[in-house]
Amino acid sequence: MTSIQTYINQTTKAAPLAVFRIFFGLMMFISIIRFWANGWIEKLYIEPTFFFSYYGFEWVKPLGDFTYVLFTLCGISALAVAVGFRYRIAIVIFFLSFTYIELMDKTTYLNHYYFVSVLSFLMIFLPAEKYFSWDAKKGGASELVPKWSIDSVKLLLGIVYFYAGLAKLNSDWLFRAMPLKIWLPGRYDIPILGDFLHQEWVIYAFSWGGALYDLTIPFLLLWKRSRLFAFVLVVVFHVLTRVLFPIGMFPYIMIVSALIFFDASVHEWIIRKISVVFNVISHLTSRQAGQVRNPIPLEKHYQSQERFLPSVEMTVEKEKESPKWKLTILAIFFTIQLLLPWRYLMYPGELFWTEEGFRFSWRVMLMEKAGYANFKIVDRTNNETFYIDNSDFLTSFQEKQMSFQPDFILDYAHYLRDHFAAQGKEVEVYVESYVALNGRRSQPYIDPSVDLANQKKSFKHKNWILPFKDEIKGI
Amino acid sequence: MKKTYVIFKLIALAGMILIGCSEDENGPATDNFDRKAMLENWADHIIVPGYESYVSSLGELNAKAETFTTTPTLENLTSLKGAWLNSNLAWQKVAMFEIGKAEAITLINFTNIYPTNTEDLLKTIESGDYDLTSISKQDEQGFPAIEYLIYGVRDTDQAIVDLYAQEMVNHPYKIFLLDLTNRLETLAQSVLDDWKNGYRDTFVNNSGSEATSSVNKLVNDYIFYYEKHLRAGKIGIPAGVFTGTVAPEKVEGYYSGKSKELFMAGLDAMSAFFNGKSPDSNLAVEGEGLKTYLDFVQGINEGEDIGELINAQFDLAKTKAEALNDDFAQQIESDNMLMLEAYDELQKNVINMKVDMLQALNIRVDYVDADGD
Repeated sequence: MTSIQTYINQTTKAAPLAVFRIFFGLMMFISIIRFWANGWIEKLYIEPTFFFSYYGFEWVKPLGDFTYVLFTLCGISALAVAVGFRYRIAIVIFFLSFTYIELMDKTTYLNHYYFVSVLSFLMIFLPAEKYFSWDAKKGGASELVPKWSIDSVKLLLGIVYFYAGLAKLNSDWLFRAMPLKIWLPGRYDIPILGDFLHQEWVIYAFSWGGALYDLTIPFLLLWKRSRLFAFVLVVVFHVLTRVLFPIGMFPYIMIVSALIFFDASVHEWIIRKISVVFNVISHLTSRQAGQVRNPIPLEKHYQSQERFLPSVEMTVEKEKESPKWKLTILAIFFTIQLLLPWRYLMYPGELFWTEEGFRFSWRVMLMEKAGYANFKIVDRTNNETFYIDNSDFLTSFQEKQMSFQPDFILDYAHYLRDHFAAQGKEVEVYVESYVALNGRRSQPYIDPSVDLANQKKSFKHKNWILPFKDEIKGI
Repeated sequence: MKKTYVIFKLIALAGMILIGCSEDENGPATDNFDRKAMLENWADHIIVPGYESYVSSLGELNAKAETFTTTPTLENLTSLKGAWLNSNLAWQKVAMFEIGKAEAITLINFTNIYPTNTEDLLKTIESGDYDLTSISKQDEQGFPAIEYLIYGVRDTDQAIVDLYAQEMVNHPYKIFLLDLTNRLETLAQSVLDDWKNGYRDTFVNNSGSEATSSVNKLVNDYIFYYEKHLRAGKIGIPAGVFTGTVAPEKVEGYYSGKSKELFMAGLDAMSAFFNGKSPDSNLAVEGEGLKTYLDFVQGINEGEDIGELINAQFDLAKTKAEALNDDFAQQIESDNMLMLEAYDELQKNVINMKVDMLQALNIRVDYVDADGD
């Protein structure tokens, strides 16, 4: 117990957390701008008539044109996080708005987005505004933060990588080199590397290398002697994923996040550079500036102090003892993070096939799955049978995601039931569906004799998913 | 702070590589599949020749319409009908290529929306005041509208000839008919011109694998056409698959009774395209196309021979369709089961292509270029 108490009271330099906050906020701000500029708000949240809700979050829906306001709020709060302006409020707003956006339609679920939600939740409880921030300038600045606050970010990053690595320890990934065998050969037009991407040994090297990377990188980053090498790996790995796959902002987010593993001196250097570029001075950095090489010229120092910090007295206060409630929340948070990916063990059947317990588990780029779902409606009043043209109700993106995920199929079946009920029809909903997984030939997916209109939504196993006619061994 | 510099050089380097990769364009390796060669085959041996013969058949249609409206006789009506069928058959071979200019002007919507709205069509003719470029006029033009005007507007051929003969030169029917045939030709010509004046190279050079690449887009168009127009439009909808009620009046070629011939031309063109061949060529060997692409990736992933499965399914669908009445409307009224069976065989290839083929070729089915995981 005493060692835990000692650990909790340990402090460390605040700079790594400050740099992390700045880069995270900026990356998020850019992500929102990019999302908007690509027209995805319109395409994903305004145009569709129906949205796939997460179980229990049916009340979270796009807000029509106000969806743009939501994104604006999210973007501004990200920027406020970056500069550390009213940090606590900003990060709470960011967490809430970003998470609301993600909950609006599970069609767009990505592990990256989940990562951002989880990370921003964690950041609510971290004193990331204590150093080199707007808030710090106004008082309450601190050169030191509790060690656990920086370690908790490292722990979360470690969990993401390590669990992503564990998930790759399956026979499809390791012994069939799937789905990389599907994804890589098509990228032959990439310079230099492209010529190798259809060669079997290269594809296997990518599979095994990827798994090994994910499993070991947290430890390589933690160990001081391997840290620089590990960071080189981080950069190479994420650049490769960016080049090979349409993966958006995520590689950049991970690369800058990994910086947190470095010593405070690196971050102080970064902060000095930012100070010079933006001509801003924080008391804390300027004081240190005298002790290191490349000090900021004195003249410039005073000028900027006059401009930005006219009268605020330097208040370096010792961080008070970390409140218990904060630590309790984080303990629960990390327990959930560690356990949630294992919930799939409570379901029968092949995880990749049923996807029961697949999301929120850092199962990244694990499978290539495609499906086709043809819904049959039986009108009970006159026994008439007809089929649904999915494009009447869903966007092509929604249809694609729906066609191989059982919870989507059920949601959609219920939507169709209600749609016809509104027309005064009492209908049964059946689906003829086929799914192909990791290059296997497509096979029937959902029991076509089950009336989905009568099946209830729940976290229980869906016994109307037909069994997978193959075996994938491993975790 | 040497270490820090190294870190930032790395980040800078990463940025440079990313920028470099997105812009660089190298020639493909020799022992790899060559998507560019496939696109060249599609453009030079299938699409452009297809539009050329389509445009020239429309020239013929225009000429015959001119002759018939000037000299309305039974003989001239028959040859006009022949020209209508020929150009419609030529259309079936290019209808699936809704890309580039064809996509921009939504060629298919102004060419072959059926059933044609005869009530509105007659009102339009009477008013003599119309703008064929308007979206609301899409179901009053193109092949179905022309068909109505030369097959269905009166009960007998003689009555049709009389209709066009009874009045003077400025007879609204004559003008409208010529406007329709002219418009078809103008639209088709603009698409062909675009292919010949630059778009061919744009198309061929966009040989990457992202969602906006030519292969991804055209294959999506191809499957969309197969699903929506060939499977649903020509068979499924009139057979009542989506409503539970048969609708024989919704078949293509309702007034001419040529529905089967038009459908078979479409089906043949689609299976020929799959094998990298022009439907008009007598080549026994397949060209660079989806089949050869599938064979290539199958060599890597050692999966099932999807190309063979799809070809076998095309054959099954053809066999089922050949057993149908020449006029699908009659078939639906006499025995709709055969229509539904043909639909089922067509449906199976939707799964083969949309699920198995797209997965094997790593082509994204959605048009939204969203991020992946």
